[in-house]
Amino acid sequence: MVEIRFHGRGGQGTVVASKILADALAKEGNYVQAYPEFGVERRGSPVVAFIRIDGKPIYDKSRIYAPDHVIVVDPTLVEAIDVTDGLKAGGRILINSDKPAEHFKFPDKFKVTTIDATKIAVANKLGSLAAPIVNTAIVGAVIRVFGFAKLESLLGAIAEAIAIKPEANQKAAAEAYEAAGAIV
Amino acid sequence: MRKVIMGNHALSYGAMLSRTQVISAYPITPQTQVVELLSEMCADGTLQAKFIKVESEHSAMAACIGASIAGARTFTATSAQGLALMHELLHWASGGRLPIVMGDINRAMAPGWSIWTDQNDSLSQRDTGWMQFYVSSNQEVVDTTIQAFKIAEAIGIPAMVVLDAFALSHAYEVVDIPEQDKVDAYLPPYKPYARLTPDAPCAFDGLTGPEHYFELRYKLQKDMEKVPALFDETGREFEKIFGRRLEAVEPYLCDDAEIILVTSGTAGFTARVAVDEMRKEGIKIGNFRIRMFRPFPFDAVRRVLAKASKIAGLDRNISYGYHGIFCQEVKSALNGSGSSAPVFGFIAGLGGRDIMAASFREIVDIVRRQDKPAEEINWIGVKK
Repeated sequence: MVEIRFHGRGGQGTVVASKILADALAKEGNYVQAYPEFGVERRGSPVVAFIRIDGKPIYDKSRIYAPDHVIVVDPTLVEAIDVTDGLKAGGRILINSDKPAEHFKFPDKFKVTTIDATKIAVANKLGSLAAPIVNTAIVGAVIRVFGFAKLESLLGAIAEAIAIKPEANQKAAAEAYEAAGAIV
Repeated sequence: MRKVIMGNHALSYGAMLSRTQVISAYPITPQTQVVELLSEMCADGTLQAKFIKVESEHSAMAACIGASIAGARTFTATSAQGLALMHELLHWASGGRLPIVMGDINRAMAPGWSIWTDQNDSLSQRDTGWMQFYVSSNQEVVDTTIQAFKIAEAIGIPAMVVLDAFALSHAYEVVDIPEQDKVDAYLPPYKPYARLTPDAPCAFDGLTGPEHYFELRYKLQKDMEKVPALFDETGREFEKIFGRRLEAVEPYLCDDAEIILVTSGTAGFTARVAVDEMRKEGIKIGNFRIRMFRPFPFDAVRRVLAKASKIAGLDRNISYGYHGIFCQEVKSALNGSGSSAPVFGFIAGLGGRDIMAASFREIVDIVRRQDKPAEEINWIGVKK
């Protein structure tokens, strides 16, 4: 079983990101469980979403306290909260940022990767300049960095789940997938 | 069709596939998406049903009662304070022998104002004459909703499908959504014994004096007593068509277990993870998950739990002044059964506090240390 935690801010589509990732993984026969931090999310405030992935049915219905990896959708959260809370040694922190991985100082037991998902989202006119919707780009990077699913599974998941600008979202996911391929 | 859906939408799909004809509901967190999707389905023609908008849960249940008396297959969903507001009419539905199916998303009762899960909302309605089925996965939500209509219509008693707030209602899981033609084969159209129609006028639920009322209640209880067998029969029939068995209780590794956990809801699935871990360490432990709470599965409880030397009941609820409600039902069922196993009572997870595999380890540590319960209630995860 792989357990992942997403950190974002309300309004960025973090919960949808975990759902689309779950869709793509389910298309490849995996069992998945994705859910938001159980709260009343407000725009701009830190939000958390979880996803569990396994080859067999998942019975654990509790929150994830010791994730294998962490996805940071909003880079300002790295300063605001401890995104490594409970993160297992050897776990990877994937951050949406225009800075190189070395810019972020984390203990050596963690691996750090950055992807400029915001730039890709803005180029594809997803959301606004002030509030870009980066979730589909982030998930494009996630499946490449972690090798979770094929790009076509994700593109299919986006076509089914995203009602607004599905093509632009697919393009953003594909571009992030490519960009992440150059990194890992 | 395999699809990743949230628990709330699993309820919507269950109602849609059951070809519900009338839906009346009032939105309340964490139930809202159930009726959002159903209203969309009604608007775009996916579901040929009348969606009746109302100004309160009390009116929602009133509308459901009217529709059900007129012979329509009827569905609603609510949560916590909304369910409490329906209370008076819950008696009208069961006393009127109307097979309404309702989804209740378990949410803690206010105050303190909470949107998070516990079972006190549904268990406060224990004695209203409704059947109550507790589920642990989104697959069970869809399947049990369909089965609930079948049982309710066969016996003329309304049913609640009960699921945890957020841990299921807002959790996305892979669900095998049953095909419509198979659901149609399993659940044929509702044929009421009597219905309100201008073609054959008759009166319903009128003044009932002492010469008749007692017999109505006797019959309601006698029919409730038939439900365990009916649950089993409809669960087997479901398995023949869909490949998934629906049972009133789920004993997991109970046959040789010395300690048996008694659980329900999502905690009943998390318990299995703890059981698997402890089994690897040689601890003889099992998990007995109760899915049907009303009617209470007395025979199954006695049969399975009689083998245990110790029983640990986990409740995400409390009857203030006594203890956990599932636990007290288990004790009552075992009384006179010949079992001398002590029943340890545990309360955890009120108001949405998480229940983890580690919570069950804590429970088992306490049970193994004590020959008989030192405390009437053991509190797990509370800040004393």
